[in-house]
Amino acid sequence: MDTNGSILKLNNIEVMYHEVILVLKGVSLQVPAQSIVAVLGANGAGKSTTLKAISGLLKHEDGAVTDGSIEFMGQRIDRKHAEEIARAGIVQVIEGRRVFEHLTVEQNLIVGAHLRGGATVKPGLERVYHYFPRLTQIRHRLAGFCSGGEQQMMVMGRALMASPKLLLLDEPSMGLAPLLIKEIFTIITQLNQREQLPILVVEQNAKLALTVASYAYVLETGRVVMDGNADQLRDNQDIKEFYLGLTDLGTRKSFRDVKHYKRRKRWLT
Amino acid sequence: MDIFLQLIITGFMVGSIYALVALGWTLIYKSSGVLNLAMGELTLIGAYVSYTFYMWKIPFPLAVVFTLIIGVILGLLTERIFLRPLIGEPTLTVIMVTVGLSFFFRGLIFLFFNTDTLVFTPPVFPSEPVRLGNVVIGQVYIWSFIAALVLLAVFVIFFQRTRWGLAIQATADDEMAALSLGVSAKFVYAAAWAIAFMAAGVGGTLLGNINGINISIGYLGLLVLPAVVIGGLNSVPGAIVGGIIIGVLQNLAGGYLDPLTIAGFKVFPGGVKDIFPYVVMTIMLLVKPYGLWGWIRIERV
Repeated sequence: MDTNGSILKLNNIEVMYHEVILVLKGVSLQVPAQSIVAVLGANGAGKSTTLKAISGLLKHEDGAVTDGSIEFMGQRIDRKHAEEIARAGIVQVIEGRRVFEHLTVEQNLIVGAHLRGGATVKPGLERVYHYFPRLTQIRHRLAGFCSGGEQQMMVMGRALMASPKLLLLDEPSMGLAPLLIKEIFTIITQLNQREQLPILVVEQNAKLALTVASYAYVLETGRVVMDGNADQLRDNQDIKEFYLGLTDLGTRKSFRDVKHYKRRKRWLT
Repeated sequence: MDIFLQLIITGFMVGSIYALVALGWTLIYKSSGVLNLAMGELTLIGAYVSYTFYMWKIPFPLAVVFTLIIGVILGLLTERIFLRPLIGEPTLTVIMVTVGLSFFFRGLIFLFFNTDTLVFTPPVFPSEPVRLGNVVIGQVYIWSFIAALVLLAVFVIFFQRTRWGLAIQATADDEMAALSLGVSAKFVYAAAWAIAFMAAGVGGTLLGNINGINISIGYLGLLVLPAVVIGGLNSVPGAIVGGIIIGVLQNLAGGYLDPLTIAGFKVFPGGVKDIFPYVVMTIMLLVKPYGLWGWIRIERV
């Protein structure tokens, strides 16, 4: 991928938790302006850690970027605090629909505009209600009592209130019904196209992520093992088998097919 | 019957002061999880500070405003010096530090003032009581009630409507999510301590007007503990209602249990008024440990 025009660059970063546990072992990735980039991988591959390293939330969990650098719009941000990074325009939607349970939906959204000041609240709310019309009807409901889909929309809308220059989405599909997931991903595409908002999305649901993203990275045990344009990856044999759950059409999987292990091993080294 | 009404009404009014202090306490607990055992001393400091200003011939309303300002400064300092280095330390350590703080503050008070009871002179509020039918209420109670209500209203509006108020609530709910939106947790903690000092300062000032100022104001301030246990530790409305309940119960205990005699013998040796709130607190903890409105996690149905 060409390095010019990328608003976010991760150069070979290493992340350690509690000064002993090495979670990312040299991850490089880039997010070009106005595009959706996906990070795929299994549990524990380091996807969420990558996002937290970018947004600075890592420091809150006693983790640190110990090597490499993160640049956002030409500035190094890997030493900055989460608050400064948010101020610079990177907003992360944490995994697991972390709403402020005891505030109403609208109050949740208003907290999103915290850094941007009072004048942005009204147009911001209008924008969020435009993309998530469902939230309009429940605006005065307590966030803790909303359904999973509504909560996911709320946290995404809340991030939107911060007028981000880069949105980090962590597993937006987690624990939602297929139809809702579809709706959420349609909105993600809309946000990207209409608002020209670059999005870095982490997903376990590789199939879905590859349909909305233009470029994707595959992470395994803290390393990028593969990257490429979304359509290339979709056609890749390994991706098909390990992430999309597809085998060659009509053929049945057999335990005799030890190539499986070989292929997987090649990735790990 | 008249006595009963009178006890209820004055209890309600004193309770509103407890409610104010309890609100400050709850705020710290909610936002930073610190169980602050020095709240009584914050109340004490407030009383002495406003007394000092009043003695400098500063008009009482202005003295209260200055007390609020001093409260903010002391709150920010306390948080910065004593609490911030402890972020991430075990809960028990932090609680012990607040115990230490309470002795420290009390020591400071003894250093600057005597242990003698001080009285606002000339009295701030007219001593002429107000009569409602057969119920007699001192004006100091009425004015304290009004002042406490106004301040409570200001705080509630602050939490519901303003940017920082919402940010404090958000941090209380989910610190990490708040941080991802750029809400500075450190600032929120500092703000919580500043507000607690303000609330306690005004509370102490009002209590000082009612009882005179001495160390016992600190014990009255400590009544926030039963108040918040009744209300539920992290509920703002709970703190307010809990404070009022404690005020009323305390008055009723003083009015009926203290002079209670059976066959000519006094049942209680006296002082029931002072311990009764703690008895209620203990029962509450046994029966309903989350209090009236404490957070049990919201479960979606």
